[in-house]
Amino acid sequence: MPEPEPPKDEGAIAPTGTGGTMDLATSDGAGLEGLDQGDGKGPDEKARSLWSDAWRDLRRNPVFIISGLIILFLVFIAIWPQAIASGNPLSCNLSKAQQGSQPGHPFGFTAQGCDVYTRTVYGARASVTVGVCATLGVAIVGTVLGGLAGFFGGFSDSILSRVTDIFFGIPVVLGGLVLLSVVTSSSVWPVVGFMVLLGWPQISRIARGSVITIKQNDFVQAARALGASNSRMMLRHVLPNAVAPVIVVATIALGTYIALEATLSYLGVGLKPPSVSWGIDISDASKFIRNAPHMLLWPAGALAITVLAFIMLGDAVRDALDPKLR
Amino acid sequence: MTIIEETSSVPTPRSGDSDTTPLLEVRDLHVEFHTRDGVAKAVNGVNYSVSSGETLAVLGESGSGKSVTAQAIMGILDMPPGSIPQGQILYRGQDMLTMSYEERRKIRGRKIAMIFQDALSSLNPVLSVGYQLGEMYRVHEGLSRKAAKAKAIELMERVNIPAAKARVNDYPHQFSGGMRQRIMIAMALALEPDLIIADEPTTALDVTVQAQVMDLLADLQREFNMGLILITHDLGVVADVADKIAVMYAGRIVETAPVHELYKRPAHPYTRGLLDSIPRLDQKGQELYAIKGLPPNLLKIPAGCAFNPRCPKAQDICRTDVPVLDPVTEQDGTELPGRGSACHFWKETIHG
Repeated sequence: MPEPEPPKDEGAIAPTGTGGTMDLATSDGAGLEGLDQGDGKGPDEKARSLWSDAWRDLRRNPVFIISGLIILFLVFIAIWPQAIASGNPLSCNLSKAQQGSQPGHPFGFTAQGCDVYTRTVYGARASVTVGVCATLGVAIVGTVLGGLAGFFGGFSDSILSRVTDIFFGIPVVLGGLVLLSVVTSSSVWPVVGFMVLLGWPQISRIARGSVITIKQNDFVQAARALGASNSRMMLRHVLPNAVAPVIVVATIALGTYIALEATLSYLGVGLKPPSVSWGIDISDASKFIRNAPHMLLWPAGALAITVLAFIMLGDAVRDALDPKLR
Repeated sequence: MTIIEETSSVPTPRSGDSDTTPLLEVRDLHVEFHTRDGVAKAVNGVNYSVSSGETLAVLGESGSGKSVTAQAIMGILDMPPGSIPQGQILYRGQDMLTMSYEERRKIRGRKIAMIFQDALSSLNPVLSVGYQLGEMYRVHEGLSRKAAKAKAIELMERVNIPAAKARVNDYPHQFSGGMRQRIMIAMALALEPDLIIADEPTTALDVTVQAQVMDLLADLQREFNMGLILITHDLGVVADVADKIAVMYAGRIVETAPVHELYKRPAHPYTRGLLDSIPRLDQKGQELYAIKGLPPNLLKIPAGCAFNPRCPKAQDICRTDVPVLDPVTEQDGTELPGRGSACHFWKETIHG
């Protein structure tokens, strides 16, 4: 935050008539401007908003830079895995099952004789897709529901809060075992849908609390008093002020959704073969951990780094958006 | 949002059209808050009116209901817990309490605007002041972003903000307290409303800036011939600006008077107490007078006159009968226009 308080003294403006005052005011203004620029701002520097301030903080934060680079790399190989892995993750050769590192196959082979390196690279796509889509879905559903409940309060709020409590009571893994075991599709969407279904209450609570806090600010009342409609108050005056904690929690949650996808796949209810996913590979490899630990370590390592990167990013974003927490 | 009513854009001369009906009239307004501990009666039958070009000062302690009345007029009371069981708020003869939400919203900002006490918290911290000023035009008149910004600069110049063009993209925290209050005033003025309600516009400011802001407000009011309701607890602020004063206590108006009359000859013991508690240079060294006791708990307002537990003149009748706002006359019975007092003993207070 820049220095909040320019000097209180506006100079001796004593408006007597409009014509005369203008001159007084402008001549006085020159002095005021000088004072303002005295407190650390360059003359050309533009006014900064919360977001541009946060961005400034982030750019200087090594945690953000490291995690950001990892995530960029992940997104890159998720979109274009062929760039660094030429093989086919589904072409396997049983004769090479469980073999270790070889030229051209640096990470060795799986129990089915597939190339671990290729599968690990291709596995990023499932993880990133699930993580990003689930987070977006959760953030949108949670913000909309929580925001509306917080803004309007009353009966709808009570209903939503109880529904939230019910969803909070469902254990994620148990819920996944029950709900996803009936799904036969091998695409990522049932998994994403399940995560949105169980994940939105977390965001909804945060959004609701944040909106209630912001709603009580005078500027929202002022907007109402000056004739703003409900939708304008919500979208222009409440939401931009209330969205920061949602972004922080959602970024951190992204990492946990990726881990959750792996957990569900490991349990056999998440993504299913022929999908390529770190969770599936970890699950397959865990049976052979004593003979061929390389099959487990590579996908597990990739998963751990990915989750860590997103959680670090969330931390950095939180620090930037709420400097008081540091 | 392109429907523009005929008076919204051009400052039409407003002197002729309000001779018969006042701009705003509050009739027997009651406001209650339903709380866990019972019903708090914040406003108990307030009557007042404002005409174009007139300034009404509403004076009272914290909790006397002056701000709640203003919020009821603006329609920004939180309901629930608040409710308006009784009363009318007439804007040019139309009862706003029976209007639809949309009709009321169109009056807000365009016809009646409000200036808030704390300008920093009343401005949105994530939007630049230029955007917030321009928003008035964009929402109510459908102007483009660019045109709205030009209008915003014009407004900032009108309220004497130096280097308006350079500062239009600044954020509220970059302005000083007095400048922020000017921005609030500019925002309320944007659509040249008929009536402005200023809820303690200078309370958060230091004394030198207070005078500037009050002068600015008075100038602009004169320029646009607006009605102004000035809510304050500061007797010093109103003396120069107001035309008439309504003194509120425990949700009722206890005295009304033209401004100078009130200072000269108060007709209610509460007003007298307020005036006596202003520090005066010629009483240097003496103990400062204070009204004994505390304002009443709105959950259980005392029977009879609400002021009776603190009143030096209280008699038995004050503990049983609620005094009505009687017209105040001279000793010989000649009427004093605009004066009224809700005291059983107003004669003794003003003449005795």
